Amino acid sequence: MEYRNTLTTCTYCGCGCNLFLESLDGRLTGTIPCKTFPVNEGRLCIKGWNGHQFVQSEKRLKKPLMRKNGELTEVSWDEALDFAASKLKEIKQASGPDSVGIFTSAKVTNEENYLMQKFARAAIGTNNIDHCARL
Amino acid sequence: MIDQVKQKINELFSEGSVKGVVALAHVSGHVTPCLFQKGDDLQGLSLGDLQTSGDARYPLNKVLITIARQYPDDVFGILVRGCDERGLYALYRLKQLEPDKVVPIGICCPQSLALQCECKKPYPDEIIAGEKLEGVLQKHVQDVEDMDRSERFSFWKGQFLKCVKCYGCRDICPMCFCRECSLECEDLVSKGSLPVDIPVFHLTRAMHMADRCIDCGLCDEACPSDIPLRLLYKKIAGIMNTEFGYTSGINKNEKSPLSLMGPEPEK
Repeated sequence: MEYRNTLTTCTYCGCGCNLFLESLDGRLTGTIPCKTFPVNEGRLCIKGWNGHQFVQSEKRLKKPLMRKNGELTEVSWDEALDFAASKLKEIKQASGPDSVGIFTSAKVTNEENYLMQKFARAAIGTNNIDHCARL
Repeated sequence: MIDQVKQKINELFSEGSVKGVVALAHVSGHVTPCLFQKGDDLQGLSLGDLQTSGDARYPLNKVLITIARQYPDDVFGILVRGCDERGLYALYRLKQLEPDKVVPIGICCPQSLALQCECKKPYPDEIIAGEKLEGVLQKHVQDVEDMDRSERFSFWKGQFLKCVKCYGCRDICPMCFCRECSLECEDLVSKGSLPVDIPVFHLTRAMHMADRCIDCGLCDEACPSDIPLRLLYKKIAGIMNTEFGYTSGINKNEKSPLSLMGPEPEK
């Protein structure tokens, strides 16, 4: 029997509310807002309250998939990344860097968003970088 | 006070009478709900006080329900204040917990917390630690009662307008355990729009709390819009008391006057 509350930061926006992810025997059972954290003081919005729900969703992608002969097929990260990199290079060479655009996410960290714009500007060479919160 | 609680937990473990104890613990500078098991260090045990008395209370009964649903044959100890013990009584009545599977470890609330909560009974029936204090008069309810009708109407309308529909009042509530919730029924509450349906949303919840609410105040503390939910539920509890002589969780085996069917509970 293992009941745990893991203190973490909400992934839904940049406010940085802290919450406990409650788990029993390794399975998430709930979200409890942290009362003594100065940002949210025991309060959450509806997204934060339901932060644990998508983790165990059956619809969640857990492994990279590639379409082969019209079928989505499970592949290794190396194969998926090599394929994406070679296609991006090909497109950049054929049509120029501005033919590539990148959308980042509100559900990753500030640092990951920084890395993504760095990748767009320095590796690909385009300013076509935007964020789902502006869609 | 905390030493007496630790001693009681150690006794329960050495007797082998409980599988675990649901309480609070200091972790990473915060207080968190926790399940202590035999052999665990009780050094980090907390009573829910970080900077002031009771500033880090959590719905431990709700935690116990989660664990007990998975381990229905085991007996668990649980740290309770007066409100939590009322909650246990109500949850026994509502068949969410079995009284012979729960060992309450009762602590009394200090004066400051009792006053802040305007608590009618800031102590449990079974006290392990702390000093039993008198109940506090319900001044806030009276303040709202003293407003004239139109003033009171605009007071509540203004409060309900602030709602962001986070459902935090329901999610934190140790008495909310239904698998299907009326607040998600689209015939009552419109989905995905603000302002919230006034007054249907808050009054539906208040009605459902009528014979359940044990006045712990966790809803007030979880509300990001500072809506005085507890005040509303205190008023409803007052009506239940005036009309039926009933207060949720005060008597261990009392049946709710809102349950019109079924046999009398066993004494």
